[in-house]
Amino acid sequence: MSPTTLLEAEGVTKRFAGITALSRASLRVDEGEIVGLIGPNGAGKTTLFDCIYGYLRPDGGQVRFCGEDLIGRRRHERARLGIGRTFQRIELFTGMSVRDHLLVAERARQGTGGLWRDLRGKGGPTSEEVARVDEVLDLLGLLDLAERPIEALSLGRARLVELGRALMIDPRLLLLDEPSSGLDGDETIAMGGVLTRVCADRQVAVLLVEHDVELVRAVTSRLYVLDFGTLIAEGATDTVLGDEAVRKAYLGST
Amino acid sequence: MTDLLNAVIGGTPVGCVFALLAVGLVLTYRTAGVFNLAFGAQAFVSAAVYYDTRVRHEWPIWAALVVSVFVVAPLLGYLLDRALFRHLRTARSIAKLVTTLGLLVAIPEITKLWFGGGASFGVKGIWPTTDEIGGPTIYRWGDYAVDGNQVATVLVTLAAVAALTAMFRWSQLGLRMRATVESPRMTELAGINADRISTFAWMLSSLFAGLAGVLLAPLFSQVNNENFLFLLIAAMAAAAFGSLRSIPMTLVGGIALGIGYQLLYTWLPAGSILSQGLRPALPFGALFLLLLFWPGLRDRREAADPLAGVDPPPPAPAATLRTRGMTISTRVLGVGVFVLISAGVAWFFDDFWVLLFVTGIVYAVIFCSITVITGMAGLLSLSQAAFAGIGAFTTAQLVDRFGMQVLLAIVLGAVLAAVVGGLFALPVLRLEGLYLALATLAFAAMFQFVVVPQDWAGGRNLEIPRPIIGSIDFSSTRAYYFLCLAFLGLASVAVLLIKRGTVGRYLDALRGSEVAAVSVGIDPRRARVTAFGLSAGIAGLGGGLLAVLDGRLNLLNYNFIQGLVWVVLVVTLGPRAIQAAITAGIMFKLFPELISRVDISALPDTLNPAQNPQALAFALFGLGALTYAKHPEGIIEFQTAKSLEFVNRHILRRPDPEAEAGDTGAETVEVAS
Repeated sequence: MSPTTLLEAEGVTKRFAGITALSRASLRVDEGEIVGLIGPNGAGKTTLFDCIYGYLRPDGGQVRFCGEDLIGRRRHERARLGIGRTFQRIELFTGMSVRDHLLVAERARQGTGGLWRDLRGKGGPTSEEVARVDEVLDLLGLLDLAERPIEALSLGRARLVELGRALMIDPRLLLLDEPSSGLDGDETIAMGGVLTRVCADRQVAVLLVEHDVELVRAVTSRLYVLDFGTLIAEGATDTVLGDEAVRKAYLGST
Repeated sequence: MTDLLNAVIGGTPVGCVFALLAVGLVLTYRTAGVFNLAFGAQAFVSAAVYYDTRVRHEWPIWAALVVSVFVVAPLLGYLLDRALFRHLRTARSIAKLVTTLGLLVAIPEITKLWFGGGASFGVKGIWPTTDEIGGPTIYRWGDYAVDGNQVATVLVTLAAVAALTAMFRWSQLGLRMRATVESPRMTELAGINADRISTFAWMLSSLFAGLAGVLLAPLFSQVNNENFLFLLIAAMAAAAFGSLRSIPMTLVGGIALGIGYQLLYTWLPAGSILSQGLRPALPFGALFLLLLFWPGLRDRREAADPLAGVDPPPPAPAATLRTRGMTISTRVLGVGVFVLISAGVAWFFDDFWVLLFVTGIVYAVIFCSITVITGMAGLLSLSQAAFAGIGAFTTAQLVDRFGMQVLLAIVLGAVLAAVVGGLFALPVLRLEGLYLALATLAFAAMFQFVVVPQDWAGGRNLEIPRPIIGSIDFSSTRAYYFLCLAFLGLASVAVLLIKRGTVGRYLDALRGSEVAAVSVGIDPRRARVTAFGLSAGIAGLGGGLLAVLDGRLNLLNYNFIQGLVWVVLVVTLGPRAIQAAITAGIMFKLFPELISRVDISALPDTLNPAQNPQALAFALFGLGALTYAKHPEGIIEFQTAKSLEFVNRHILRRPDPEAEAGDTGAETVEVAS
């Protein structure tokens, strides 16, 4: 049985004032797989990511998730459809504890909160919610830090909190925007380990936009390579990374 | 045709004054990243100095002009930059806005204290007077006439704008300023002192404010504080027309607005409701519509201070950690003290003080609405006075026309205010930060100028009785006091529950990081419309209570400038803490009364608290807001945290809770709410 296609981008084109940042780029992510998207700086990775996530409206092409058209949908609806994400420049809720980060996401997933519930004094976290959150914290090895304020965490751990927050919405697909940026070598390796473990455990597919070739090699099964706004290679990770054109465009001297 | 030309002739000088202010606004916004809400107040200072030297001390025109425009105005700009805004470079935009808001409240009051006298003074133009009654020379041809001051205004404006444009384009300094706007870091690397450039920009923009202040003569015959706010809003509309960027477009926008203003005068039937309401509302309406629909403002990324990149960002405030026991004991202590004081007031004080106190309690209810919108949602809304007004007007009308039960009318007034707030929020919440603050300011002003004067809305002489519920009669002030306390209790419990509940935590998340909150499926529009409606509803409730307390509609209570003072006071004391809102409410009424008892006859009359309590109080409230940038959690929260730390360290002799939790995780700590 062939796996179902989750995310499908077809012929996505984006122009900025005459410059074509992205030209007919297509990619596909199937259920349960980890797919990489790499390319040198300015290749259009972020543009493609933004077109998928809805920060940019593509000038041409289609983006579908589970067969549903994504273009023009409001951004928060993507979470309801089952798309979670993390950010390149880390985005946290200042002033909240680690557990609160995940609790907010958990409540948002249920979508059951409201003014009336708050006024009846039932707006606080329920014990089931705390249990679900702690399960994820445990998976990420953050349970000991659950009560800490987010500002007290190192960048590597804060990235894990971001990942945990994204996991709380029960995503079928995670879009990870350069999860290794700002991390040192050891932390990157640890991040790779956690990613593989989490995806297997929760059966989540991942689209990984990344700079770090080692991380990509370690976790992804398939790879897309962008250069100057066009896809120059796609296929199994090892094959693509061995490809001459890719080495030239992206890896340069290495 | 004659009408049109006359409007153009009459409107152009008015528009020039708008444009002068607008150009100065754009200048500081672009080069220093501060949208200066106090800009009109700076113009007011120069106008006051000019009037004082020229009329009271009978200086020659040129001397008064030089002192007020070329000495006092740049000096003020220099002071503001050095003492305040230089230190706010890396501050969040809401901190800068609050600071300018504080100045907007404080500067005119200080000016009044300084120069004394009433709140307004006559205006003298800069054109030499030639005729017997002391007016400026009038030039006529055919059906048209201009006076010397109008000519002077137009000429000075054109010259000033041309000089500024030329400076930007051709001078070394202009080049440096443009470079600083583009990239301060590169500019500094090129060996240019960016600090000095920003100081210069402040002095220059302040000079424009001074010019506008002195050239007012064609616009008003009498000038007071409110006129300057009006001017400022018109200038903001002109600046919005220039997309907060282009100086020529700003000039065009200002002049167009001036002509439009004059045209309304000519075309609308004199003395009709429309001309009374629409004309003053024109700049507000224009600003409102421009903010919502002008394509030039589409790119809504605010100008951060370009120099911000030079300094490292300020360290994140260490979250205050306190144990659950401490949180509970501070809460119990706070509530206990409050109950004791309120009971004490009811039993031991005479009617005068009870009345004062109950007014404070009612204001505390209104101020809870600011806790919701500014503290919880992180949005600076300046239209709370309008929502309080809607509550009050609805209550008055329902009681007067339908003989409705007073208490029911108050509740319905709150509901209506909530609905209006929610509807208003739908289009407006597309705007953020600065633009949202401006739109709410425009809304509050439009409410005051367009809706309030209408007979169906205001009805100045409506009498509202105090409620009687069953056998309990609340007509005495003392009885009504208890009713208001009950309402305050309800409002604060509601706010606390919401803060802890889903809505509050969604808003917290949105404040922390909007993109991240959206990524987990929080609908930002829904959460904020809820907050806006809720906040408007609470304001409406307070407004209704206030009207019933007064026994009639006192329009001054819902004046939008008062509304600015409210925001300043609450935000200074603590935007997120309910106890700060309550303290602010009581202080708002009690503080002027208390300082009026302080008679220092050694001081000149104008500075003596006993003579001028209201102005002095407002000046202090405004200056208080300058602490916001340093203590965004508010003075009360800051002091609470400090005293808790003291208790921890010296009385309980506990080690630093964070260190302990970090190593052993033995003690349960929670992040202070």
